[in-house]
Amino acid sequence: MSTSESLRLFGPELVLGGALLLVIFVDLASAGRDRRGEWPATIAMIAAAATIVLSVGFPLLDWPGLAAQAARPTWLFDRMLVLDPFAVFFKTLLGLSLLAAVTMSLASREIGQSRNQGEYYTVLLGSTLGMFLMASASHLLMAYLALEFVSLTSYVLTGFLRHNRRSSEAALKYLIYGGVASGAMIFGMSWIYGLAGSMDYARIGAALATLPDGNRLALFLATVLVLTGFGYKIAAVPFHMWAPDVYTGAPLPVTTFLAVGSKAAGFAMLLRFFDFGVGPGGPIGGVVKVPLVELVAAVSAITMLLGNMAALSQTNVKRLLAYSSIAHAGYALLGVAVFAERGVAAVLLYLAVYYVMNLGAFWVALLVVNETGREDLDAFRGLAWRGGAVASVTLAVFLFSLAGLPPLAGFIGKLYVFAAGIQGKLYWLVVWGALNSVVSLYYYARIVKLMFLDQPTADDRPVRFPAADLGAVTVLSVLTIYLGVRFEWLYQTAVAASRLFKG
Amino acid sequence: MIETYVLTWMTFVPLVGALVILCLPSAAHGLIRATAVAATVPSLLLSVWLLGRFDPSNTAPQFVHRFGWIPSYNIEYFLGVDGISITMVALTALLSFLCMFASFGIEKAVKGYFALFLLLETGMMGTFLALDFFLFYVFWELMLLPMYFLIGIWGGPRREYAAIKFFLYTLLGSVLMLVALLYLYFTPDPHSFDMTRLGSLVADKIPLEVQIVLWIALFIGFAIKIPAFPFHTWLPDAHVEAPTAISVILAGVLLKMGTYGILRINYGILPAATLAPFGGASVAFWFLAALGTWNIIYGAFCAMAQRDLKKLVAYSSISHMGYVMLGMAAFTPQGINGAVLQMFNHGTITAMLFLLVGVIYDRAHHRDIEGFGGLASIMPLYTGVTGFAFFAAMGIPGLSAFISEVLVLLGAWRIYPVLTVIAASAVVLTAAYMLWALQRMYLGTPNPKYVATGWEIGRRELFTLAPLAVIVLVLGVYPLLILDLQSPSLIALAEKVVASAPQTTHLAGVAGGR
Repeated sequence: MSTSESLRLFGPELVLGGALLLVIFVDLASAGRDRRGEWPATIAMIAAAATIVLSVGFPLLDWPGLAAQAARPTWLFDRMLVLDPFAVFFKTLLGLSLLAAVTMSLASREIGQSRNQGEYYTVLLGSTLGMFLMASASHLLMAYLALEFVSLTSYVLTGFLRHNRRSSEAALKYLIYGGVASGAMIFGMSWIYGLAGSMDYARIGAALATLPDGNRLALFLATVLVLTGFGYKIAAVPFHMWAPDVYTGAPLPVTTFLAVGSKAAGFAMLLRFFDFGVGPGGPIGGVVKVPLVELVAAVSAITMLLGNMAALSQTNVKRLLAYSSIAHAGYALLGVAVFAERGVAAVLLYLAVYYVMNLGAFWVALLVVNETGREDLDAFRGLAWRGGAVASVTLAVFLFSLAGLPPLAGFIGKLYVFAAGIQGKLYWLVVWGALNSVVSLYYYARIVKLMFLDQPTADDRPVRFPAADLGAVTVLSVLTIYLGVRFEWLYQTAVAASRLFKG
Repeated sequence: MIETYVLTWMTFVPLVGALVILCLPSAAHGLIRATAVAATVPSLLLSVWLLGRFDPSNTAPQFVHRFGWIPSYNIEYFLGVDGISITMVALTALLSFLCMFASFGIEKAVKGYFALFLLLETGMMGTFLALDFFLFYVFWELMLLPMYFLIGIWGGPRREYAAIKFFLYTLLGSVLMLVALLYLYFTPDPHSFDMTRLGSLVADKIPLEVQIVLWIALFIGFAIKIPAFPFHTWLPDAHVEAPTAISVILAGVLLKMGTYGILRINYGILPAATLAPFGGASVAFWFLAALGTWNIIYGAFCAMAQRDLKKLVAYSSISHMGYVMLGMAAFTPQGINGAVLQMFNHGTITAMLFLLVGVIYDRAHHRDIEGFGGLASIMPLYTGVTGFAFFAAMGIPGLSAFISEVLVLLGAWRIYPVLTVIAASAVVLTAAYMLWALQRMYLGTPNPKYVATGWEIGRRELFTLAPLAVIVLVLGVYPLLILDLQSPSLIALAEKVVASAPQTTHLAGVAGGR
């Protein structure tokens, strides 16, 4: 599709770009008078809401949205991007992540005390724009640029608390790991270009279908190298080392944004790349050229194990949630390792459910960090008995959901992923994942224990949380329970979104 | 109309009660307690109604309430009751009702306690009534959360350790169940979670070796709940730390879910694997009969070594659940009937024992068997009731456990003579630890500390014990009340297992000789 036609189907990205420019202008015009960053935050929030409406449509105004157009999937910008239900699914999820990040930023003390609110929201919007492109890129170059765009903005967001040493250290570590990972990735991409003679996903797929057997090793190496980049983005072991430091050092809204949004975008890119290109589900047509299933399954298994094992001994709530989100990348990778549409659908469902419960958990953590000024787990001691009953109950819901207990949403996520694994005959990995969720219960329950089972000591002062935030986390916890009981619609959406457009 | 919805009401009225309690003011303890009791009454009355209307000769599920829950995955909301579950449902309703009274002593966070307790009742009811495997799993897991909090918040000094241990053990078992569940679900086409049909759907689609693996995975999940050696170590901890009423529920109802699950799922869905050859004998021999006998002996010896009365009762549970395992492994009418009757009887007797332990603990604030002595002269009525319960637990003729244990031993004799001899001689051990405890606590010279206390069992406490004592007595004289209800379903189940045994094992003679 030509550029002018493509622009019509590029609404959410245009909104984000426009909002980004607007924030810069507003910030310049107010020249530092707007200390609390209300204008930039408002613009970012409207932009986030607009992208969601543009993506899913708005029945009241009879606006069909991209979802309707994506029913007839198409290429955009000369096959650089693709518009299909899969992309729209992720655009919605990423728009929601932006909305959550902005709302949390408004509640966050760390962000609120900063003087550079305008910059913050500019970079946040830019990062979201990059993620949107990651979700729809269908060309190696576009994919790489989008990934780099997101990475660079993420470094800035992580180091946003300029005078905080941990924040700066985290940003630097993130930058170094990111540089290495993306270097390896583009090296792998260049090999793929060499092997396939094209950078267009669909054409790569077609070319690889006739790849001579002698080049299989080269293709395998290239795949491993590309996987490095993806693994880094989704924080899969062994490319996860940045995550604990970054999640701890970054301000909590940024941590949430990275844990929810950035991870989802990484999965979007990974799924599309494998589905189009070298994956067994791609046009190669069942001729497995590289032992991909084994490779991804192995990464999934060690990601779960290491994430959970490391989380067991954490004493900082951010670090604990960081390792937990590494483990969750492992569960989602189980769905990827199936390399079939039902696996993709399971991953999409998992990411959506993970968004709700992880956002909730981070939000309550933010409230506690705000209120007590502490990040260690002891800040949660006796929380239920010193004025934080609602927050404690909601956090318990989120944590048990993360552990995968029914009838909560997290169970449904795991159920579909495990079901896909059973159908894909990855029995050992499913058993492994199931055992890992038992391990995970231990550290999730540790926080619950601190909140409910332990009595507050004299040092633990009573807490008071803002009603608006309590309302938000209550809504999220109700949603967590609701999705645990009524998940049919979400699964159908995920199934519809799992059929990627292949031209 | 009521036929369709009765089971749904029984399951969800407690949940409604829990929600109502959440809306009450936290300080209104009296109101909260009254609401909690009121929320358990409908289930109790309906279960009595159910017992009256239940048709024992029909082995198919009755009072079925069924509709599609998640149609695209063929997951159903499917409740029904048959001879395997009817006694358990009644037991759950009765013990939940009585335990509400036993919980009146709770003073800490009363609102949360009763709300969680009612949620627990919903989970228990649902587990026994669910006939859709997915629904069963959801209810099964639903019980974990309230139990964790009930032990962890309202328990004794080491409550946190006990709570998380219980939680982790049970979850370990249930994730294995989940994997097996998914495997079974995906085997037939169209996929199905229907527990009543799944057995016949998968029978010839899964190779026997895989069936055995699935059987063992499911078994581990249930064995943890029973608890069977070596998965039993959570039980003494959980019991010792849990508040009295929760111990009652734990021993009275939750342990039965392990054996119920084996009957319903291992036997019902994988009958061929149950009697498949395994290690020179059959799967059922090793995992149920031999392990059950070991449970009997091991639990009895552990009980004998205890100084803590509650721990003694906890280990006696392990021992008594061994009879259930032995009986159900025999597949004779007497064996399987005795096993399920033993589930019910153990539920009532052990509930009495834990309530009685609670009575003395509330007064003395310790449970050290050596620390009392001569309680009979201080609390004659209490001692009388305790003696009754202890004798019931020992299996004295005329009381209910005698019937079920004899049935188990009779049923197992023809199949596992050696094990039966061992199990029967363990009755001596049971008598030994029970009588020894009785002697140390209630007879002899009173501990001077307690002579002038004027303690005696209270009216409320007697009220919780009396119905159980009546049941124990009545079933000891006229066990047909229960046997008639369950027998046709259980015999049909045993016959189904024997009929689908993959080759002529030593059990084949049983089917022929019946």
